[in-house]
Amino acid sequence: MKREPMTTTTNPTQTRTGLNLTDVMLTYGDGDDQVSALDHVDLAVAPGELVAIVGPSGAGKSSLLAVAGGLTQPTSGAVVVDGTDLVGLSSRDLATFRREHVGFVFQSGNLVPALTALDQLRLVEKITGRRAATPPLELLRSVGMEQHAHRRPGRLSGGERQRVGIARALVASPSVLLVDEPTAALDRRRSHEIVEVLADQTHTFSVATVMVTHDHDVLEHCDRVLEMVDGQLRPL
Amino acid sequence: MFLALRELAFARTRFGLMGAVITLIAVLMVLLSGLSSGLVVDGVSGLMRSPVDAVAFSEGTKTDSAFTRSEVTAAQAQTWAEQDDVADAELLGTSIVNAKNDDGSALDLTLFGVVPDGFVVPEAADGRGLTTPGDAVLSSSARDEGVEIGDVITLDRLGTTLTVVGFTADQRTFGHVDIAFVPLTTWQEVHAGTTAGEQPDPAAYDVASVVALRGVDGQTPDLAAGDAAAGTSARTLEAAFDSSPGYSAELMTMELIKAFLYAISALVVGAFFTLWTVQRTRELAVMRAMGASTRFLLTDGVLQAAILLVISLTVGVSVGLIFGSLLEGTGMPFALETGPILTGAGLLLGLGLAGAAVATVRIASIDPVTALGENR
Repeated sequence: MKREPMTTTTNPTQTRTGLNLTDVMLTYGDGDDQVSALDHVDLAVAPGELVAIVGPSGAGKSSLLAVAGGLTQPTSGAVVVDGTDLVGLSSRDLATFRREHVGFVFQSGNLVPALTALDQLRLVEKITGRRAATPPLELLRSVGMEQHAHRRPGRLSGGERQRVGIARALVASPSVLLVDEPTAALDRRRSHEIVEVLADQTHTFSVATVMVTHDHDVLEHCDRVLEMVDGQLRPL
Repeated sequence: MFLALRELAFARTRFGLMGAVITLIAVLMVLLSGLSSGLVVDGVSGLMRSPVDAVAFSEGTKTDSAFTRSEVTAAQAQTWAEQDDVADAELLGTSIVNAKNDDGSALDLTLFGVVPDGFVVPEAADGRGLTTPGDAVLSSSARDEGVEIGDVITLDRLGTTLTVVGFTADQRTFGHVDIAFVPLTTWQEVHAGTTAGEQPDPAAYDVASVVALRGVDGQTPDLAAGDAAAGTSARTLEAAFDSSPGYSAELMTMELIKAFLYAISALVVGAFFTLWTVQRTRELAVMRAMGASTRFLLTDGVLQAAILLVISLTVGVSVGLIFGSLLEGTGMPFALETGPILTGAGLLLGLGLAGAAVATVRIASIDPVTALGENR
């Protein structure tokens, strides 16, 4: 079967405007049972900025990531990435938008067990149908994982899996990087290493990065720290 | 394909077990096809391999076992012969008899009473054709019973003797019994119950079981017109197969078993891919969060099933053919035929893919938000 030639992702940093959430509400249920997961949230993250969001469990941190990444539609408000308002887009358009503009780093890496570290990144090329602007092996090198490129997740430590997860999230040259509790399963030393890598990649690739975490030890690596309580966002 | 191949290699034990199940189902399919074809050959090869286009039974004969119930007359055969679109029409007698060979061994035979120089009688590949009353040309498969040219076969009860003068080139059986082609007059005497040395009623020479018909230029004649003229009930040769002993019931049983096999196959493959998809829910949610389209994931899932099915079916059919070739030529009615086996393999592939497709459709309902937080 003849394979269609992949196009190469461009890195149009000059057109990036980062992430802007304006008066975002996300509510579940009706009447007395109504719960506000996000309560009038305003957030602006510039390209190259790493913003940490801390807060207790159930405060709405993951909901914020879901709304910012186009996984969940807010009840009201605007979610704008690079000038495009995600509110009102169809599921298909949102998937297309995520492919091209949003990168996710999940808890424990959430890597595909069958794929080697290098193939985790190649999978993103297959999903987007485009070759990465920065070659996958180069990306692995940038997170210190080049020597483990051909190992599957089962043979990687928690910290190594997170590094691969970060590299994977950057394959499509996203404008926005959304990071969900990256140090949840790591010891103190590795937690620092991972967030350092995140900060480094954020600045290198001019990505607007939002990281939600419980871990206050790693906040020193972040450009800005916000706290979320009961769905409301405020400076720490 | 990228993910499908790597997952097949990664989870090779799981896919290997599933492949083994599909392989065994394919082996069973080949064996059932062989048995089914073998039963057809054993049941009606004497008719299948004859140059007959249609068969006229006596009017009102029940379909089941009509060959042995029907009785037609020479006048009816003559009326059929006079039809414009009929090239040949001649009497054919059929009856199943018990007999003993020279050495006293028991034989079951179907006597086909044929006009010695007519169009129905097959050429003897070994020995000679029918020339005198009491001659018999037997199916080649009768050799397996120890029958040889020159043997004298004695029919039970009547004491009528038949001399084996030749064998056909291939198997000619009817109702799972070897056919002995005998002159029509000999069959008529047996049919009338004439014992050895007894003179039969002259009327016995006027009847046979059916009228065998051959159309002009290989075309099936107008059966309705012929029936109206001759007072018979004619069927095409293939439709007439149903009138041979036990044929419909046997085939129906085999078809039912095969239908269950196909249904089980689809369910097994569907169940496996359902479990596989459920196990992969987390990684599928991650890929959906990364923007993987439903089409991308579905295509990958169905391709994975297709690869597994094609490899397993190829192995299964090959193993089935090896087993089957060992069964051919034994006493078991078994015949390996390409058409039914390819059809069976195609059905297993199609139904397996359908089962896998139904299972993987649940990918579309996986919410990508479950990749985040503690919702997993």
